[in-house]
Amino acid sequence: MTETPLIGSYPSGPAGAPLAGARIGVVTFPGTLDDRDAARAVRVSGATAVELWHADTELADVDAVIIPGGFSYGDYLRAGAISRFAPLMGKIVDAANSDAKLPVLGICNGFQILTEAHLLPGSMIKNDHLKFLCRDQVLRVENNTTAWTNAYAAGQDITVPLKNQDGQYIADEKTLDALEAEGLVTFRYMGGNPNGSRRDIAGISNAAGNVVGLMPHPEHAVETGYGPGHTGTDGLGFFASVLNTLLGGK
Amino acid sequence: MPRIVVDVMLKPEILDPQGKAIVGALPRLGFTAFSAVRQGKRFELTVDGEVTEEILAQAREAAESMLSNPVIEDVVNVEVVAD
Repeated sequence: MTETPLIGSYPSGPAGAPLAGARIGVVTFPGTLDDRDAARAVRVSGATAVELWHADTELADVDAVIIPGGFSYGDYLRAGAISRFAPLMGKIVDAANSDAKLPVLGICNGFQILTEAHLLPGSMIKNDHLKFLCRDQVLRVENNTTAWTNAYAAGQDITVPLKNQDGQYIADEKTLDALEAEGLVTFRYMGGNPNGSRRDIAGISNAAGNVVGLMPHPEHAVETGYGPGHTGTDGLGFFASVLNTLLGGK
Repeated sequence: MPRIVVDVMLKPEILDPQGKAIVGALPRLGFTAFSAVRQGKRFELTVDGEVTEEILAQAREAAESMLSNPVIEDVVNVEVVAD
């Protein structure tokens, strides 16, 4: 029986393609929504997307991991709170903190999971206006030295979709000051704060720069015809960046 | 069956947008005496049998490590309720 191609599936490049050896894992939890788009974005950038399941106990030799957006476990307890205890998360936390510094990107619910797993500081609470907000959002790249942002220019403005209800980034003043002082604020909202996030923070990284989390969705802005303004592909830089990182052994 | 009740509240310094919406709605039903509302979470952990000190300690640990996120929330109460 031939399998019907899934809507939105994007073919992998030929086996010998130059970047096909880069294996980027995309984790699916119960309730994840954007795993397919994230995997598609990986393939668009030329790398190989590797499907990972939350209950897996091995990382399948991936070179980097994306934790995509959605509503894992229905946001029960707190957004990301239950996913944090998935078997695979333990592996991801260990690999991210190891000398190998596995690059990890958390998008939206993935960012929430990374804060619950203590890979990134702070937390997200309900938007200050209480509404689900979906719009194209301008972000400033504040730090272009991380594993996921090195293809951007420092201070570059990019536009990617934003869609969430629990998007208000908060941390205590001491943590916020430390993030600013160490240059760990990776992205800031431009053109108005969409959710009350402290200091307009849209995304942050860990000190080593291999772990990045942000609320907006770069994986939805990688192909002409689908991104912001129907032409926007500003999200591609994330995927180009991690390939730079892997190729450069950075 | 005895239950261990765990109450979790957002930290006082963190704005509670849901509480704010509720306090805004109360006067519309004639409840005008309340100047602020903060919304929290109550967990009920059922224990099959007696609640020992060890089980209570487990509940406290679960409250701090899983039921609440210390970045944004405080555990304000852990108590045993007998039926």
